Amino acid sequence: MGSGKTAYINARLLDPASGLDETGALLTEGRAIADIGPSLFADGVPDDIRVVDCKGLCLAPGLVDMRVQLREPGEEHKGTLASAGQSAAVGGVTSMVCLPNTDPVIDDMSVLEFVARRARKLGLAKVYPYGAVTKGLKGEELAEMGMLAEAGAVAFTDGVKAVANAKTMRRALSYAGTFDLLIAQHPEEPNLADNGAMNGGETATRLGLPGIPSVAEVIMVARDIRLAEDAGARLHISHVSTANALEVIRKGRDRGVRVTCDTAPPYFCLNEMEVGDYRTFAKLSPPLRVESDRRAVIEGLKDGTITAIASDHAPQDEDAKRLPFAQAAFGGVGLETLLATSLSLYHSEGVPLLDVIGLMTHRPAELLGLPGGKLSKDSPADLVVFNPEIGWRVDPDTFLSKSKNSPFDGKPVQGKVLRTVVDGRTVYDAEA
Amino acid sequence: MTTGDAQRFFKHQHLLGIQGLTPPEIIEILDCADAYVEQNRKADKKTDLLKGRTVINLFFENSTRTRTSFELAAKRLGADTINMSVSTSSIKKGETLVDTAMTLNAMHPDALVVRHGDSGAVKLLSEKVTGSVINAGDGYHEHPTQALLDALTIRRRKGTLGGLTVAICGDIQHSRVARSNIHLLNIMGARVRVIAPKTLVPGPIAKMGVEVFHDMRQGLKDCDIVMMLRIQQERMQGNFLPSVREFFHFFGLDEEKLSNAKPDALIMHPGPMNRGVEIDSTLADDLDRSVIREQVELGVAVRMACLELLTKNQDAINGGIG
Repeated sequence: MGSGKTAYINARLLDPASGLDETGALLTEGRAIADIGPSLFADGVPDDIRVVDCKGLCLAPGLVDMRVQLREPGEEHKGTLASAGQSAAVGGVTSMVCLPNTDPVIDDMSVLEFVARRARKLGLAKVYPYGAVTKGLKGEELAEMGMLAEAGAVAFTDGVKAVANAKTMRRALSYAGTFDLLIAQHPEEPNLADNGAMNGGETATRLGLPGIPSVAEVIMVARDIRLAEDAGARLHISHVSTANALEVIRKGRDRGVRVTCDTAPPYFCLNEMEVGDYRTFAKLSPPLRVESDRRAVIEGLKDGTITAIASDHAPQDEDAKRLPFAQAAFGGVGLETLLATSLSLYHSEGVPLLDVIGLMTHRPAELLGLPGGKLSKDSPADLVVFNPEIGWRVDPDTFLSKSKNSPFDGKPVQGKVLRTVVDGRTVYDAEA
Repeated sequence: MTTGDAQRFFKHQHLLGIQGLTPPEIIEILDCADAYVEQNRKADKKTDLLKGRTVINLFFENSTRTRTSFELAAKRLGADTINMSVSTSSIKKGETLVDTAMTLNAMHPDALVVRHGDSGAVKLLSEKVTGSVINAGDGYHEHPTQALLDALTIRRRKGTLGGLTVAICGDIQHSRVARSNIHLLNIMGARVRVIAPKTLVPGPIAKMGVEVFHDMRQGLKDCDIVMMLRIQQERMQGNFLPSVREFFHFFGLDEEKLSNAKPDALIMHPGPMNRGVEIDSTLADDLDRSVIREQVELGVAVRMACLELLTKNQDAINGGIG
């Protein structure tokens, strides 16, 4: 320990960025990765180096979660930077990109710096804020995107709301293009989604609930791709949930539009049947869709249309969920189940393990220009040790998250995080 | 004050824009204006070249400096001038632009100096009058005398226009000054750059013969001339720009950004300036770098030259002697 060095030995090294999948060791020194390789420490580890024996389990870059709602400042009863940081540690997440929908909104450098400073002090997962596209997330006046980017905003979004006005979105894309900034859009046409509580389909019809039509997603996505193309700007579509939207994104990309997208585990693990008997934990935005949409999201993950998997962590307190379905809040927590639920792609859908990890590490990191997400010399020592095989049942009562609203409540999953390391420091050890 | 026998190039009835003018025409106007600069510095500034002529300043948009400049120019040439502004005109009573033009024309003005908020309006008016029309600014289209006075200012300081690199910075989209200057500088062989956030520069502007920059430091690199444009307050309330401070931070002219231009680069501004918005206050007042007040001075001379040449052209059309 005196040397500030730690050796992770007997590890199955998984580095999606380089394609590495071999047994070996990794050395961290201070906050960075100092060395890595199959033959590292083949002759033993020097005495002054602390040793972590990974016992043949997977050692991967810490997860980069590009869509998290922190609720601090403003709604600390639902979640705080500390509670999210602890959830992240349990979930193997070492970098969180947080939405600006706090109170006050992150549309001003002082709020951005407040969040970043608080997160740094906690020393848990790193927090990278999105800046607001419009002031107060009102969809009217452009926020100071240039100065926010200089202060550390990694991309821009109006969070859980789309920038609805086409002219405003056009100007926002154009203005962001001035500095080559990325705008991430919530894919939902608000007039079409108006008052909807779940996917507008068979289940909503049977339950007598107002629906959010699938077309609300593709219309917004198609509009924004055309606007981004016209402005020559970069566009990211957050949490895509429908086959139609993915088809439009694929076509846009084929035309050369700089469009990317992510999705979240509920959209490739669950469908609208989860709402069952008015389960408000299954009330998400966008809503859980039909089975053919779920299959299309898996296809999009396989063929590369989808760049990243994000947890879409959205804490809601009991008061916000224990309501008649139509009145309940949208969203589910996801940090602590991100890895296990995503590993279903590996266990059940034949997606290579490296590819699944890549969707949560170097691919979002590269998209947003973040430093982590890879196991290479001089990269930050942000790591996760996990066993992909251990099965367990999701029990939100055991969550460190302040809010327990998981759409995966009670579901069996496979894959467990055993250790999480941020900047060379262990922030979670399952055996401790 | 051109010599009577010299060959004449500028032979138009109106001055509606810079687009379409030739280098000899522009040089003729500048040469003529140069002579008036000296005259305007004397105690007796008046000639009787336009004695007996009537010049109407017809301003459908508010203006103080341009209107005053034109009024002084006409008076120093001995013309009778009257000012009509929208608040006192019959436009408020519902008269159309064409009717106004024909009404005024019936009073036989020799020259009409017209500013209008709509692009193309001055040309429409010019089609209905027998005198000369000078465009004092139409919408976002042209403001030819501003480009000419800018050119004269540059030529007197740098000796030439050809080969210079000129950066026009700010609200290009809504600027007639930018468009007239782009035309003039291209005609005279200067290299023109525009620098603005993407929301304030239309994409197709490159087709007008400019290089487009969105980074001030890159755009100002090795420039000879830095032309700042006025930003309207209403553009800075979130529609085109997030805020004044963000605009000044990235696109306002300050010492640091200016240091990318040539050490002897000149700063220009068509006025009225927003200090601390598009230009740092001390830079605007730096007499070594800023020629902003000189631009105002030369504006009167340029407008005198335009009035003189157009009057001569009228006389030629009417069979008189110029």
